[in-house]
Amino acid sequence: MAQHKVNYLQDGGAPIKLTTIDKLVNFGRSNSLWPMTYGLACCAIEMMATGASRYDFDRFGTIFRASPRQSDVLIIAGTLTKKHAEFMRRLYDQMPDPKWVISMGSCANTGGMFNTYATVQGADRIIPVDIYLPGCAPRPETLQYALMTLQRKIRKESIFRAHKKKRLV
Amino acid sequence: MQQPNRLKPFFENINFEREDNTMMVNFGPQHPSAHGQLRLILELQGEEVVKSRPMIGYLHRGMEKMAENMIYNEFLPTTDRMDYIAATSNNYGYALAIEKLLGIEAPRRAEIIRTMLLELNRITSHLFWLATHALDVGAMSMFLYCFREREYAMDLIEDYCGARLTHSAVRIGGVPLDLPSNWIADCMSFLEILETEIKKYEGLLTENRIWKMRLENVGIITQKMAKSWGCSGIALRGSGIKWDLRKEMPYGIYDELDFDVPIAHTCDSYGRYKICIQEMYESSKILKQLVPMYEKSESQLMAHAPNYISAPKEQIMTQNYSLMQHFVLVTQGMRPPVGEVYVATESPKGELGYYVVSDGSPYAYRMKIRTPSFQHTALLEEILVGLQLADVVTLIGNLNIVFGEIDR
Amino acid sequence: MRKYTPKDNVQRQAPFSDRFFVSPSVPRLDISSDEIFSSDYEAFIKSFKVEDAYIEHTHLVLNVDKNDIVEIVKFLSEELEYDMLMEMSAIDYLAAKDGYELFYEMLSLSKHKRLRIKCFLNKNDSVESVTSVFNSANWSEREMYDMLGVKVLNHPNMKRIIMPDDWYDHPLRKTYPLQGDEAASWYEVDKIFGKEARDVIGPEQRDPAAIDRYDTERFARLGHEVPFQTDITEFEPETPISYQEEDTSKIMKTLKPDESVVLKRRR
Repeated sequence: MAQHKVNYLQDGGAPIKLTTIDKLVNFGRSNSLWPMTYGLACCAIEMMATGASRYDFDRFGTIFRASPRQSDVLIIAGTLTKKHAEFMRRLYDQMPDPKWVISMGSCANTGGMFNTYATVQGADRIIPVDIYLPGCAPRPETLQYALMTLQRKIRKESIFRAHKKKRLV
Repeated sequence: MQQPNRLKPFFENINFEREDNTMMVNFGPQHPSAHGQLRLILELQGEEVVKSRPMIGYLHRGMEKMAENMIYNEFLPTTDRMDYIAATSNNYGYALAIEKLLGIEAPRRAEIIRTMLLELNRITSHLFWLATHALDVGAMSMFLYCFREREYAMDLIEDYCGARLTHSAVRIGGVPLDLPSNWIADCMSFLEILETEIKKYEGLLTENRIWKMRLENVGIITQKMAKSWGCSGIALRGSGIKWDLRKEMPYGIYDELDFDVPIAHTCDSYGRYKICIQEMYESSKILKQLVPMYEKSESQLMAHAPNYISAPKEQIMTQNYSLMQHFVLVTQGMRPPVGEVYVATESPKGELGYYVVSDGSPYAYRMKIRTPSFQHTALLEEILVGLQLADVVTLIGNLNIVFGEIDR
Repeated sequence: MRKYTPKDNVQRQAPFSDRFFVSPSVPRLDISSDEIFSSDYEAFIKSFKVEDAYIEHTHLVLNVDKNDIVEIVKFLSEELEYDMLMEMSAIDYLAAKDGYELFYEMLSLSKHKRLRIKCFLNKNDSVESVTSVFNSANWSEREMYDMLGVKVLNHPNMKRIIMPDDWYDHPLRKTYPLQGDEAASWYEVDKIFGKEARDVIGPEQRDPAAIDRYDTERFARLGHEVPFQTDITEFEPETPISYQEEDTSKIMKTLKPDESVVLKRRR
């Protein structure tokens, strides 16, 4: 299990002061998060419903991109199985920096109700996750709230986070 | 690669020695379209597919093994996650299978409520099919329109079941709760909206030149092929075989309801599309017939079988023996008779069958779930040969496959 | 000494059993009770040997020998009009009878009847593939091999279908635990990062009731988050959900929440 605290309300760990450039870049980054369509199972349906007419995702500036090379956020929606784990890591590696991960639903957080041989017990065994979203399946409003929380987190970051030494998981 | 790991950028487990000049395309397990985790390895000669190998298993969660380790009632919410678009159809198939194993029958009002939920699920499933199929083929605004109707239907389901996607609102023996007071009125208003909207969708797509060009003569499933590959549901009816389990081997109260089963004789994707649209009309017809039946039924909701099913909540709260029996049934589980049953119902995707082997213990000895999408994806091995690459996307969308069902 | 747990069935068993409880059985009827089935049975028994036959819950169940399976399935599909093979798989009886019991579910569209063929297979024996008769057996037999280890001969593509290709052991066997053996628990770590990362990532957290002492600090309640290290022993400070941060420059300066409209009916 990842040995770190996810503290999404404080500055990204280090006592830094945000400058105007930081605020400008973070404003741009947070208001145009492009997720990758990574719907694996039932949560994918709720993600699509969030992107559909009633709970519009487009008003946050998000455009669902199919390719990992063009996306910022990876929303892991659905159960991660051991057969698929390798591909998820590949896709995460293919995403360019800066990138964030939202783990949506119980199956992506911790393996969920599927405490079996074929399920990875939490996507954070393989990928560093920024926001965990509980629910099975979480309502579209929950996903919107997660995105807003991610936006608040991004706005509090220093733009040089790419130079910080990354942890493995 | 920024992160240190062992994944190298190469194609594993596919060998590259080929004499001919075909190109290998990997429709990887992550799809831009909505169908889930299908890995399709296509060999293309130009634009035409020469060989196709669908690979599945990326969503295998071990549900059949879970069924061997959970008591019967406990497994019911897990069946929700199989065909996650129409969750009640899975729940109902499972509950029906266990009821037949036990030899009990759900009371009439429970059957009516279950059928209402089933038909609503059929409508949502077909709307979802239409939305994602149109999105894949290119008509992107259909996605937003169909999801708008779907939201109304999910509001209704949420009013009753509590959840939008994973319902588990049926129990073995009936349903636990009665319909809320304004549910039927809301349902009727939804059905009126639905019929006008489906006419609009038909107007958008059915006579559309581009839609017809994309869908006609694509993915022809002959009758012989359909029977040999075990197709069911719309894939079978699209080939002209008049087979709908609700009519031919009726279960529940379907023999009292009056509805038609649309079939198409063209065997191609366009025929299946038309069947799908017509089935939505039939489902709303069924829902309208169910309303007077509901009002006339008496209010018992769960079957009376104290050996296997807990008493209603009022009795549990007041009578001691009911409470004791409920406690034993929940902690230890009911012990059904020894034997095997196979019960099949008509889910929106096809024939969903549960084969339950019981050895008298509270846990099933073997539960094999026969899902329609499994056989339809196997069919992809044969049917994709000879199609153009763009038709591959159309066909995968058209066959209405859901990966939760395939991999279980 | 620790309690002896038998390893030939590691699935969950009922903790209590009633010594005097006799389970009822699903009723089995005689074949003569149904016309169509009796005529089918008469035609069948002329060509093949049947070990046992009965009607169980609307199905005609025939217990046959595993060597005749392909001819039987062909006979049923051609002569007796059972033209669809809906499902086939196996049941693991390795502990009790040292073998598998295969079943084939067939459906007749014209007669509206279902039939089940069962045959017993010893542990090291193999069965002929019926893919030549029905294509739907192609993937069903692969799944049977993958999950249970039943060997099938003459199959066009006998590979693992649901588990990864290099998976160890067959999952649906009764000797395989639900949460997987050791090879399974480290599968993804080994594959992606290598064996050295096992200590970095740590073992899987399989206990559903595990509580981490940092849980309340890290996963505070939604909508009521307070900044880190705020003292909440006395009372929780009011934290309404705000859509903009306080200390940054406001994107929207003149939002009056009381002037916004709340819809009565969801559109």
